Amino acid sequence: MTAHLLKRLIIAALTLVLASIVVFAVMEILPGDPARLMLGMNASADQVEVLRNQMGLNAPLVLRYLHWAAGLLSLDFGRSYTYSVPVIDLVRERIAVSLPLALIALALSTIIAIPVGVFSASRQGRAGDTLAMGAAQLGVAVPNFWFALMLIYLFAVWLHLVPAGGFPGWSAGIWAALKSLLLPAVALALPQAAILARVARSALIEVLNEDYIRTARAKGLPYRAVLWRHALRNAMIPVLTILGLQFAFLLAGTIIIENVFYLPGLGRLIFQAITQRDLIVVESIVMLLVAAVILINLLVDFSYAIVDPRLRAIPGKVRSGFPSGIAPKQILRAVQRFRETRNRSRGRQ
Amino acid sequence: MKLWKTTLAAAVLSLAAATSAFAARSDLTLGIVLEPPHLDPTAGAAAAIGEVTYANVFEGLTRIDDNGQVQPALAQSWAVSDDGKVYTFKLHSGVKFHDGSAFSADDVKFSLDRARAKDSLNPQKPLFAHITNVTAVDPATVKVTLDGPQGDFLYDMGQVAAVIVGRASADGNKDKPIGTGPFKLDHWAKGSEITLVKNPDYWGTPAALDKATFRIVPDAAAAVPALLSGDIQAFANMPAQDALAQVQSDPRFSVVIGSTEGETILSINNKKPPFDKLAVRQALASAIDRSAIIAAASNGLGKPIGSHFSPGDAGYVDLTGVYPHDIAKAKAYLKEAGLENGFSATIKLPPVPYARDGGQVIQSQLKEIGVNLQIVPVEWAEWLSQVFTNKDYDLTIVSHVEPNDIDIYSRPGYYFQYDNPKFNDVIKELGTTVDKDKRLELLSEAQKILAHDVPAVYLFELPKIGVWDAKLQGMWTNWPIEADDLTKVKWTD
Repeated sequence: MTAHLLKRLIIAALTLVLASIVVFAVMEILPGDPARLMLGMNASADQVEVLRNQMGLNAPLVLRYLHWAAGLLSLDFGRSYTYSVPVIDLVRERIAVSLPLALIALALSTIIAIPVGVFSASRQGRAGDTLAMGAAQLGVAVPNFWFALMLIYLFAVWLHLVPAGGFPGWSAGIWAALKSLLLPAVALALPQAAILARVARSALIEVLNEDYIRTARAKGLPYRAVLWRHALRNAMIPVLTILGLQFAFLLAGTIIIENVFYLPGLGRLIFQAITQRDLIVVESIVMLLVAAVILINLLVDFSYAIVDPRLRAIPGKVRSGFPSGIAPKQILRAVQRFRETRNRSRGRQ
Repeated sequence: MKLWKTTLAAAVLSLAAATSAFAARSDLTLGIVLEPPHLDPTAGAAAAIGEVTYANVFEGLTRIDDNGQVQPALAQSWAVSDDGKVYTFKLHSGVKFHDGSAFSADDVKFSLDRARAKDSLNPQKPLFAHITNVTAVDPATVKVTLDGPQGDFLYDMGQVAAVIVGRASADGNKDKPIGTGPFKLDHWAKGSEITLVKNPDYWGTPAALDKATFRIVPDAAAAVPALLSGDIQAFANMPAQDALAQVQSDPRFSVVIGSTEGETILSINNKKPPFDKLAVRQALASAIDRSAIIAAASNGLGKPIGSHFSPGDAGYVDLTGVYPHDIAKAKAYLKEAGLENGFSATIKLPPVPYARDGGQVIQSQLKEIGVNLQIVPVEWAEWLSQVFTNKDYDLTIVSHVEPNDIDIYSRPGYYFQYDNPKFNDVIKELGTTVDKDKRLELLSEAQKILAHDVPAVYLFELPKIGVWDAKLQGMWTNWPIEADDLTKVKWTD
């Protein structure tokens, strides 16, 4: 278990370093000068140059990268060019919206998806299943901004139950803040729930065909108990994987919903920072998100061990929770090779 | 007994009426599309900075009113020397900044010297280029010396970037703006809203509103439900697009279409062949049909223009007929340029609806005369670096929103790459002319040169689509400068 943890931590560190290089390079390639953007069309070239010097944009590229990366290591994320406040303050304000929103949406999505998935799997091929999966298909297909607008017209414009958008801040009271997050959370949860329900269903169907399920039934356990206690638990691994991915997405990938509800979330901050060429904000926040995704995947990984005791028993068994895009194969292979040589040297002792 | 009852009822009723009159609303939530990057008008060009702060938080020596006229502000009066070079401003006394410090002539000297300094980052630095000296004669008198008479000087001192800041607070204005205006910043929840509250120590007529919140609504689709639900009560310029008709038919709202200073133009790279030929530019001007572009790019609300001048401003000459829409004539111009088979070019479009929508119409209109445009969508940052700074473009569509900016065609190195000595002379003379009639004459001449020489194809004046609660009064109809001046805004019942 310790070796497993260590290996995962090394991969995480390598991923962070690689990501920092990619993020920095991409933002540098992006055309556009933040100084000119701030000063506008009536400023002279000299003025732009003065500001570029002030912002440190004229220093050599490598030096700027090292300076930024060193800052990250000491948890100093730099100052926003446009807002001229520390990036971490901006993140703190935004995460107070994005994190609760993501958690509520995730909870809603799970509460809807798991029962629907179980229901569908247990009635595989029957009318109830077809109906539920048809609804799930619809949930995936409906664009969430449209769904969001329908929710706004119904609950805000017509019924006046919740505000049409905006976020009053947690200082305005927990209920007021939650009220403004409710519709966006529903709009975000629906498509996620639809995907999750489908995953849960297919995973469950696969498990239900296993021998041990038949054995459990044969020894007289009621179907309900088999379904919820034996089958569902074994079907949780793909579900947890998807949940982890969805949580990472919900943290920062919700820009469209944030726009429709004009919520000051992380997604909009990044989008705004890109259009304003607030390079340092984009770079630092993307790095924070990379770290968050890695952390979430680590947690998912360990949660496998909780739901599946076999993974606890086999030391060092590779069960990567990384989506293939995040951990390059080379790294995985390198780590694999590292472990093999280590095992061999251990064998010689 | 009955009489007594009636009297009592009447008394109760009148009391109820009186309380409701006293309870008239004093807070307002306005929607704005773009969030200001910061709140210091002397340090950034973003129009949203001025929208929130001008006249509300910050004030200048003079100010521009709803009609584009110069009015006194921190300066209660002024005198101009006979040679037009020395302006002596008499300042209001008893004025305080929001941090409690007293405003005096010293702050005016500080603000103007800061704006014209060598390392100044003022986005409108050219406005201060002619100032040679600023002297605080006494705490209530400032003398500004210019290098020559300046026709627009009093107007320029009323512009957004010319507001007066405090010596002690100037560097912190980006995050904590300290001005002299009738409102002061209460809090700014970044990404969400900016709240101003009434300044109880204001030197002039106090504002009617106690609280004004500028809420950022970036999405056009979200603007309509925000208005309908009552969450937002006013949009100085609403991104209504197709939903405008729906709002217009609703008696709860006033829809007020006004004008701006935004000349929306098809900019041409005048040094890049074949656009260096007058006949090619004339062909473009004859091939485009303004009414179709206005219908697509501004919901049919923009006013057509034939030169770089706002129809709302004094001195406007209607030159939309100089090159009427005429395909045969346009083809003849191309032939004259030796390009009867047409040519290909690119058009770079910034991310604003008027440019993206207008660009497609222009593309199809120019196709009729054999000019094939390739549309290249760009972001603002790219537009500023590629088009504006590096002049790497053929055509582009952009709205020039600065007021009184016809002089941009005479600026060396400006992205039009237009250089016409005759035009430059007119602008030079205009700059130093103070006499009103002579100024109008020169302005008219400048407009005519541009209309005939086509350094850009003039499309339309950007409309201001004001939408607000019908009970709200005092919002600006027009945007002579981009400002949401709330000093006279109040609720009626």
